[in-house]
Amino acid sequence: MAKCVCVIAEFRNGNFRRVSFEVASEGKRVADALGLELYGVAVGSGVASKAAELGRYGVRKVLVRDDPALENYLAETHVPIVAEMVGRLDPAVILLPASVDGKDLGSRLGAKLRVALVQDVVQIVCEDGRVRAKWPIFAGKCFAWSEWLGGTLPVISCRPNVMSCREPDDSFAAEVENVDVPIPQARSHVKAIDYDTSGKVELSEAEIIISGGRGMKEASNYSMLEELAQLLGAAVGASRAAVDSGWRPHSDQVGQTGKVVNPDLYIAVGISGAIQHLAGMGSSKYIVAINRDPDAPIFSKADYGIVEDLFKFIPAFTEEVRKHKSTCS
Amino acid sequence: MNIVVLLKQTPDTESVIRIAGDGKSIVTDGLKWIINPYDEFALEAALRLKDKLKGKVSVVSYGPPRVVEALRTALAMGADDAVLIDDPVLKTADYLRVTKALTAAIKELNPDLIFTGSRAIDYDQGQRGAIVAENLDWPHLALAVAVDCDGSVVTIERPIEGGKVILESPLPALVTFGGAHAIWNPRYASLPGIMKAKKKPIAMKKVTDLGFDPANFEPETARIRITSLEKPAERKQGRIINGDLDVVGKAAELVRSLHEEAKVI
Ligand SMILES: Cc1cc2nc3c(=O)[nH]c(=O)nc-3n(C[C@H](O)[C@H](O)[C@H](O)COP(=O)(O)OP(=O)(O)OC[C@H]3O[C@@H](n4cnc5c(N)ncnc54)[C@H](O)[C@@H]3O)c2cc1C
Repeated sequence: MAKCVCVIAEFRNGNFRRVSFEVASEGKRVADALGLELYGVAVGSGVASKAAELGRYGVRKVLVRDDPALENYLAETHVPIVAEMVGRLDPAVILLPASVDGKDLGSRLGAKLRVALVQDVVQIVCEDGRVRAKWPIFAGKCFAWSEWLGGTLPVISCRPNVMSCREPDDSFAAEVENVDVPIPQARSHVKAIDYDTSGKVELSEAEIIISGGRGMKEASNYSMLEELAQLLGAAVGASRAAVDSGWRPHSDQVGQTGKVVNPDLYIAVGISGAIQHLAGMGSSKYIVAINRDPDAPIFSKADYGIVEDLFKFIPAFTEEVRKHKSTCS
Repeated sequence: MNIVVLLKQTPDTESVIRIAGDGKSIVTDGLKWIINPYDEFALEAALRLKDKLKGKVSVVSYGPPRVVEALRTALAMGADDAVLIDDPVLKTADYLRVTKALTAAIKELNPDLIFTGSRAIDYDQGQRGAIVAENLDWPHLALAVAVDCDGSVVTIERPIEGGKVILESPLPALVTFGGAHAIWNPRYASLPGIMKAKKKPIAMKKVTDLGFDPANFEPETARIRITSLEKPAERKQGRIINGDLDVVGKAAELVRSLHEEAKVI
């Protein structure tokens, strides 16, 4: 088969995850720059009937392995199957999502194929047929650019929410080919899987995040932030101080030893702005800081600062947002 | 039960990162070094398992002699012995070669379980664990926020976007650790622990001790390299929403700014 750019799409719970479309869109840009076609690879239960959707984002043809046994991601089964399918395509570049499962699949796939993966990439540049990739290091305190040497196949996992999605072209469906790769015998297995059905917005995917820190004083006060989050369609995050105090679950921690987030809007409430916290949210498009201490370091990163007692300000702000929403709709 | 903990020494999270004169590495003078927090979580989990099942915890790392300090800390926390691959050829080797050397060092210890961080807070590639598992042809369970083992099966909880997965594997297996300080609460080294650690063995190895030809680690064998580092773009100077307004006024002005200027609400 002619050389191509290959995207590995992530399929879960009967649908492609949105990040798959971001990666396909970026894949199309890379393919155009290199003068190559864009192909896809997808594994999952029920994926065959959905795979044509990837065509809307520029994928010409998708190889799929569809089997009920592949419902849940497991490195031991998914990696050998993807490796086999990628081998058939003989791509010049591989792109995949830097999602939880994508990062896992990518690292083991890279080792299996003996090629070099760069994770969490935020920018890809193609010059003279060569690919370079940029990713954040030290939790965003700095960025690194890397290049591949000696003809090594570049494998790139793309950070969610960074690469823009193409306008989907509904007139275009990808060709879908079922490939009959055997499902490997695994030693490990998925014992249980549990989806949060509360409708809570996922921190790493949220466009707006409202985080509360030690200034929130106690767990029950977060209901204020949750009410505001509901109005804005936002997710609620926390500083380490709040998580260590047991007010919020560890999965809400933003920072160098928590989630690194890059929403359109990050609202820091009662957070001082320690270097470890700034590392995790410093690349947000807009930052609002609400703190009663005018010297809090968080203000140095904020686009809009409010020097106020949060217990007075948040209720007033929530009310103004409510008014704004009702006049807009 | 033999547990190997693979750990890396990283700059302290407080560190201000500066780009060195070569444009592709960081200034290390004056940095404070710590055990990568996620590797510390892995070590804590290993020590708890050792308390439960008995056995031995070995720590394996690579890097220059300063890494001995991280290993001493691990020994003081309760690990039994340590291996450091301190070989200048690794300095220019890519991570694929480095993990090869690490895999060889681990094999010599004949573990039932390998624990390591899901990521390192420096270059943050999160690949080491999966690569070592692939090199060994072992199953790996990634991103544990809870772990249990009865001596023959290991079970973890793995958070995924919008949910969680319980994964299980027979031994031998490799587990990578995620989560946060609030979950693992790594123990501090006690004074008696620090005294004892002074007598615990740290084996220093070169790649030749692990059966490799150093030529296989020369820079020209690298498949990938960092070409440059750059600082994030400076953020535009923001503004404090003015003190002349009362709370409601400030709230209204913030809503207006976010809607009309930033266009995010
Ligand atoms: C290894 C390591 C890793 C770490 N990783 C992380 C990480 O991932 N994420 C993280 O967040 N931290 C991390 N930290 C911790 C970090 O150093 C700080 O301790 C932490 O971020 C502080 O949280 P905070 O801003 O909520 O609390 P504080 O620093 O105590 O700040 C509270 C702020 O609230 C303000 N305030 C109080 N009351 C009010 C009120 N009524 N109205 C308005 N403002 C009010 C105060 O003025 C103050 O600025 C890490 C530390 C270490 C050592």
